[in-house]
Amino acid sequence: MKRFLWPLAIFILLVGFLAVGLNLNPREVPSPLVGKPAPAFDLPVLHQPDKRFVPADMRGKVWLLNVWASWCVSCREEHPLLVEMSKKGVLPILGLNYKDKGEDAQRWLKQFGNPYQLSVVDADGRIGIDYGVYGVPETYLIDAEGVIRFKQIGPITPAVLEQKILPLAMALRK
Amino acid sequence: MIPELGHFALIVALAIALVQGTLPLVGVAQRIPGFIALARPAAQGLFLFVAFAFGCLAWSFYSNDFSVLNVATNSNSKLPTAYRIAATWGSHEGSLLLWVLMLSGWMLAVSVFSRSLPQDMLARILGVMGLIAVGFLSFMLFTSSPFERLLPAAADGRDLNPLLQDPGMVFHPPMLYMGYVGFSVAFSFAIAALLDGRLDATWARWSRPWTTAAWVFLTIGIALGSFWAYYELGWGGWWFWDPVENASFMPWLIGTALIHSLAVTEKRGAFKTWTVLLAIIAFSLSLLGTFLVRSGVLTSVHAFATDPKRGIFILCFLAVVIGGSLSLYAWRANRVAPGGRFELLSRESMLLANSVLLLVACGAVMLGTLYPLFLDALGLGKISVGPPYFDSVFMPLMAPAILLAGIGPLVAWRRGEPAQLLRPLRWVAIVALIGALFVPLAFGRWAALTSVGLLLAFWIFAGTLAALVVRFRSTTRMTPAFLGMLLAHAGIGVFVIGVTLVKSYETERDLRMAPGDTATLGGYSFRFDGVREVRGPNYEAARGAITVQRDGQTIAQLAPEKRVYLVQRNPMTEAAIDAGISRDVYVALGDAVDAGGAGGTDAAAWTVRIHIKPFIRWIWIGCLMMAFGGVLAASDRRYRIATRRQEDASNPDATLLRRGAA
Repeated sequence: MKRFLWPLAIFILLVGFLAVGLNLNPREVPSPLVGKPAPAFDLPVLHQPDKRFVPADMRGKVWLLNVWASWCVSCREEHPLLVEMSKKGVLPILGLNYKDKGEDAQRWLKQFGNPYQLSVVDADGRIGIDYGVYGVPETYLIDAEGVIRFKQIGPITPAVLEQKILPLAMALRK
Repeated sequence: MIPELGHFALIVALAIALVQGTLPLVGVAQRIPGFIALARPAAQGLFLFVAFAFGCLAWSFYSNDFSVLNVATNSNSKLPTAYRIAATWGSHEGSLLLWVLMLSGWMLAVSVFSRSLPQDMLARILGVMGLIAVGFLSFMLFTSSPFERLLPAAADGRDLNPLLQDPGMVFHPPMLYMGYVGFSVAFSFAIAALLDGRLDATWARWSRPWTTAAWVFLTIGIALGSFWAYYELGWGGWWFWDPVENASFMPWLIGTALIHSLAVTEKRGAFKTWTVLLAIIAFSLSLLGTFLVRSGVLTSVHAFATDPKRGIFILCFLAVVIGGSLSLYAWRANRVAPGGRFELLSRESMLLANSVLLLVACGAVMLGTLYPLFLDALGLGKISVGPPYFDSVFMPLMAPAILLAGIGPLVAWRRGEPAQLLRPLRWVAIVALIGALFVPLAFGRWAALTSVGLLLAFWIFAGTLAALVVRFRSTTRMTPAFLGMLLAHAGIGVFVIGVTLVKSYETERDLRMAPGDTATLGGYSFRFDGVREVRGPNYEAARGAITVQRDGQTIAQLAPEKRVYLVQRNPMTEAAIDAGISRDVYVALGDAVDAGGAGGTDAAAWTVRIHIKPFIRWIWIGCLMMAFGGVLAASDRRYRIATRRQEDASNPDATLLRRGAA
């Protein structure tokens, strides 16, 4: 009888792992950039193409860099949350408009609301490569020294905001 | 109104499934004929109600009823009709309904085509299938109803994911699910036999055609999926070792082992416990596949909406069904009488070795698929396991399996004669070596792995041909089952040739092309004639025009597209392929590149990717041969002759076996 119990034993072990796995998030990929200075860039601003923005402009502040695009469906999912955050003025949010067309992007912001202090235009996605963007949306929490402290792949959910981003931002401000 | 009717039909179906899953089983145990007789009508009633529910959902999609949440999220009024129907199974909820429809369809088939089965066996089989239906119907009704309303109704739907808007979507999921769910029949036969305590050749003969039929569907389903990925994903790969692909491949490997092991159990009465275990594992892996795809424990290109609550439900269901059947196995398997003895050189030992290899290969695939999860669960970090692991582990395991498949049909049952084997084997070896050495010469480049692949392919061709010749010369009749087996084995050879030659000799170029530019690759010249804008029913596309020439002759006008679907706005690549038996010319259109930033169709230049893929069609032709071989085998006449257990007892061979074992 003993040898016929082996399949059952192996299966129970497997179920144990699957049960633990259910509570983990495979999309939570640690970014090699966390703890490193945010890569520098110098990009035109979406609404004022003649102005340019560099991350150093935000020195001394804790801020969010949100990668978005008008063609991105999941961005619409997180967008109301960003708009609400910007209304409450919780954290400055800057947008990185990724591989998008200027007019589409502006129309999209008009339609869904603009939570960004400003958005910079990364039309060919070069800066996205520096930041290791897997897919849109992605969000980076950057501290006063310009170091990336947290990276969210995929839409920000209320849970991630409450449990990870906000506590971390509070701690960084002190 | 119609969605509510569908929902109600599902509730009725659940009630019927509850009856079907309990009373017949109780009836057999307590000898209550009335309960036993319930199984057949219950199964047929269940099918009616599930089919009605499915029809209701399909109607809601067809008639653009955007007050149904499922329709509003997965369809659109501009979606072509065929895809609107296919969108029925485009969502999590809809695909579950398809799963249950297939399950009840198999039940209906069992209830109709098993006139020769004893009543209590049939009652047990349908009872077990009823219990599985209970699990899935309650999963659907409690966590993911496909008929949920959206009030107020949406003006228009969010559209079907553009990746799924393809003829592949119409055929691939139903075929795959037919295969997945088909293993539930073999599983139920196995559980019924364990409950009955009688595992014998008759049981194996009953379940063989069902298992083979399920395997045929799964083979076609996987091949279709691979073909779809090849032309749709835009970079010409045909297998990615993605978790979801693996989820369908693992039951295929075990199913392959199972149909071979069943052959031994039927013909020689051996490997009974092993066969039962394989039947349980095959269906367990189908369930595990459902869990992996639906729960979101792994990341995959098949990014379905996932929800941990659903994951917990499936996991519990998994634990009950698989844990329960493996417990039953542990409890009952030791009472099974050992089967007939066999020598080291015999078809039995070859088949045993092969099914062990297939099981180990499946284990390796499973380890690779779940390894990221294991590490993550143990807190050892996040990794992803990619094709290098699978290629380096899977190939060495399959190579001996293919060698065995080549000569297995030449070896006699019970005790093979080495001298008898040696003569054809010499020829097989010579043919294989010649093929392995000379075919690469024709391509002008030699590599060790190429030769190994070709050796395996020619080995199995020659072995199959030798088996055909030996059978032809002997007095034994040529049966469809035997021809089916040989055809399927030859299919493996065709498949291996395709894989080997594509891996060894495919060439590709990434180009930046302006209209009028010409590039050459592998003796073909490609002229880029520019891009124009076209409109589809629900997308806009930039369509390139590329003229392919060889020796000054135009052989194809290819029109690769880059589409943007109007609702979801994501770009899709539609590759253009000039197909051929000896090669595919594959062209995909990339992004517009230009300094001016104008974009659109008036861009100065485009990135274009060109591949020449030698013999890639052979991969799918091989799969079709395997599937057709399975059809031939399952259609063998002897399965349709009513078989009873008494016949088995009167079979001198079988009694001899029993005595030999006692």
